[in-house]
Amino acid sequence: MSVLETQGITKRFGEVEALKGVDLNVGKGEVLGFIGPNGAGKSTTIRVLLGIIKANSGEAKIFGQDVWKDAVELHKRMAYVPGDVNLWPNLTGGQVIDYFISLRGAQVNKERKLELVERFQLDPTKKCGTYSKGNRQKVALIAAFAAEADLYILDEPTSGLDPLMERVFQQCVIEAKERGSSVLLSSHILSEVEKLCDHVAIIRDGAVIESGSLTELRHLTRTHLYIETKASVDLSDELGVFEWKQEKDGYSFQVDSDSLSSVMKKVSEHGLLKVESAPPTLEDLFMRHYETGGDNS
Amino acid sequence: MTNHWFRRVLPIALWQLKQDRVRIPVWIMSFLAVTLTTVTLFESLYPSAEDRMQLAHSVVNPAITALLGPAYGVDNYDVGAILAHQMLLFTAVVVAVMSILIVTRHTREGEEEGRAELISSLPVGRLSNLVSTLLVQFIVYAILSLFIGLALVSINIPSVTIEGSFLYGAALGVTGFFFAAVTAVMAQLSETARGTMGLSFAVLLTFYLIRAIGDVSYEPLSWFSPLGWMLESRVFVENNWWMIVLVFGVAVLIGMFAMYLNAIRDIGAGLLPSKSGKPHASKWLKSPLGFTIRMQRTSIIAWSIGMFVFGATYGSVLVETDTYVAEIEIMAQMLGEDLGTGIELIEQFIVMLGVIISIAATIPMILSVYRLSKEEKNNRIEQVAATALSRRKLLGSYVVTALIVSLLVMGSAAFGMALAGTLTLDELAFSTAFNAIIVYLPATWIMIGLAALFVGLGKFKGLTWLYLGYAFIVVYLGGILEFPSWMKSLSPYELVPGLPVEEMNWSALFSLLMIFVALIIMSLQVYSKRDLKG
Ligand SMILES: Nc1ncnc2c1ncn2[C@@H]1O[C@H](COP(=O)(O)OP(=O)(O)O)[C@@H](O)[C@H]1O
Ligand SMILES: [Mg+2]
Repeated sequence: MSVLETQGITKRFGEVEALKGVDLNVGKGEVLGFIGPNGAGKSTTIRVLLGIIKANSGEAKIFGQDVWKDAVELHKRMAYVPGDVNLWPNLTGGQVIDYFISLRGAQVNKERKLELVERFQLDPTKKCGTYSKGNRQKVALIAAFAAEADLYILDEPTSGLDPLMERVFQQCVIEAKERGSSVLLSSHILSEVEKLCDHVAIIRDGAVIESGSLTELRHLTRTHLYIETKASVDLSDELGVFEWKQEKDGYSFQVDSDSLSSVMKKVSEHGLLKVESAPPTLEDLFMRHYETGGDNS
Repeated sequence: MTNHWFRRVLPIALWQLKQDRVRIPVWIMSFLAVTLTTVTLFESLYPSAEDRMQLAHSVVNPAITALLGPAYGVDNYDVGAILAHQMLLFTAVVVAVMSILIVTRHTREGEEEGRAELISSLPVGRLSNLVSTLLVQFIVYAILSLFIGLALVSINIPSVTIEGSFLYGAALGVTGFFFAAVTAVMAQLSETARGTMGLSFAVLLTFYLIRAIGDVSYEPLSWFSPLGWMLESRVFVENNWWMIVLVFGVAVLIGMFAMYLNAIRDIGAGLLPSKSGKPHASKWLKSPLGFTIRMQRTSIIAWSIGMFVFGATYGSVLVETDTYVAEIEIMAQMLGEDLGTGIELIEQFIVMLGVIISIAATIPMILSVYRLSKEEKNNRIEQVAATALSRRKLLGSYVVTALIVSLLVMGSAAFGMALAGTLTLDELAFSTAFNAIIVYLPATWIMIGLAALFVGLGKFKGLTWLYLGYAFIVVYLGGILEFPSWMKSLSPYELVPGLPVEEMNWSALFSLLMIFVALIIMSLQVYSKRDLKG
């Protein structure tokens, strides 16, 4: 059964159509990477899921309950970290963490809190007014992970963290997943999504244009190849081959995953000396959608 | 070697002036406008020596002295003396506020936001920024002093002498410079802009209170406050320039102390250890209501004290009603036409004070509710709304907080007026004065309800202020302009029985209460239904 499920949610702000039918699905114990460039509609989708704004149409359910009508009930089982954390300048980080945990209806587990404070290297006795963006983000992250939730909704949660703290964050997500929690992770840091997520959904201009497991999606993309052959060869007109380029000793090109075996057969006819291949990255997938206008999916 | 410390002071000063090219002229123009308006107003309100003696008679009392400072030259209370007594301290305090805000911006705020680091990586001296700031302030206050002096001379009132005019300007300017130096010190001590402002305002308040207590009960105490020295210049009466020189001299010493402190500390650091706060929240802070009250604590206390002083000030002038109010025709008209005498007149005056004080006390209540939309504007609501706290409870805790504010500010205003009134006036019962204000509570709640409704809707927030302004005009000008009665009855304050002149009317109060409840129910409803903005 899916923990989070949306169907065709749309949202308009006056003239701007921010969401034009967003379909998402997060299963239990699953980490869904929600990727897309700035302004694609990630935060708007998340606000709808949190019952902060109401969708114009479509259906959005979490744990089988409506995200707008049953928001308060649902929030007891959820934790949220925004991308841009704004705190009260005259309270300390520690106080704000406790406040957020209590508002979620959970008990503050001091040991767990201190452990996270330690791991994220936050000084909880400092006033939030003196915190940098990264430190404010740590406050929200600690508040989210200090009490267990069944669903974590994270909106670009690492945009202000240094690489070391990013690692700590990734560890927290992995631990949550191991406990059986689900995570919706909006991000534009692809390496992070690749590391943490089993599924991804790509949003562009307010619509999800691609979604599935990482392995499935890799199918849709191209492998980078470099070959050296005995005899010279030209496959630039071959179906499924792109950016054919002659190098000093060989050729570099990209192949559609579907055409890989036929292309390799052709190449081997010319006496293959050397093959180097780079697996398709999420970045390729992402770039392919954005550079080409996404109309080739 | 001096280059090492003071390099490129002038370019930085010019840069700061450029940043303030709108702000500073606006401040200076405001001071000029206020000073000129009030002095012409005094001239036209009290044209004859008799009028002015009447005024002199009514302003010599402890409450006025505490608020405005001692009245000098009451035996010859001319327009110059009136101006110096009624306006100088008040204006000087506002000049000090301007100084604190501007100096904080150029010192600690710049450091906190990293601007200072950028500048100090350029070939500038270590003290250049601070010295530039003080230099700019010196120039600004020199200009302010000169302009105020010239403006006062130009209106050509005999008692506003040339010497006095320039001294008046200098008294204002020197106060500004003094607090510029004080703020410069605080910017070295505190690590944050908030802290710098907090400490500087605390110093200003302390000096103000020391002077107030000194002027009222123990004069030597006033010598411990630069505001006391400044007033001791007795502008237009004796013109003691030495007092101004004293304030300026001490300001220079304080400014040098700030430079010394700046020289011995690192950029970004404060000399006071940044107070480390509590790592955990108390049980009280963890509840939405406790949290809301805690966030407004300082302003609740400040407004309660303010309203107490406000109430007490009017309470203490009740005794003058006979002589004071009856003499001023406009005031008499405001009270309605048939003027009685003695206690009757006082009671009518109390009724009017009850409304006006209640309307003033409504301001903090509306502000308290509007804090919620400020949270939304500052994008802090999103994280709160994403928790298991319902929107009803969220708005509800702001309404409850506003109700607590209403009890506190109305209570302290009523207490202040009743206390000061009964102390100075034997015939007045404590409960009479107290109830005259407290009876307006249900009317103020209507305003809380409206404010909640507009927060709920997320728009039209200006309407609450407009409506409050309307209520004020109906009361304040109602007698003179003779508004039709339907216009009056649109104001909730007019529905309240004017104790002690009118009879108590419980059903009117109950109706107001019902309207309040209806407004709150509506606002909770609409707030739960709309999109939050951030
Ligand atoms: N409150 C709003 N009013 C008007 N337009 C909005 C509002 N919120 C978001 N938008 C618009 O909706 C689109 C999606 O924004 P957002 O969800 O914040 O994107 P992302 O989080 O993917 O960067 C953007 O074009 C943005 O300008
Ligand atoms: Mg976003």
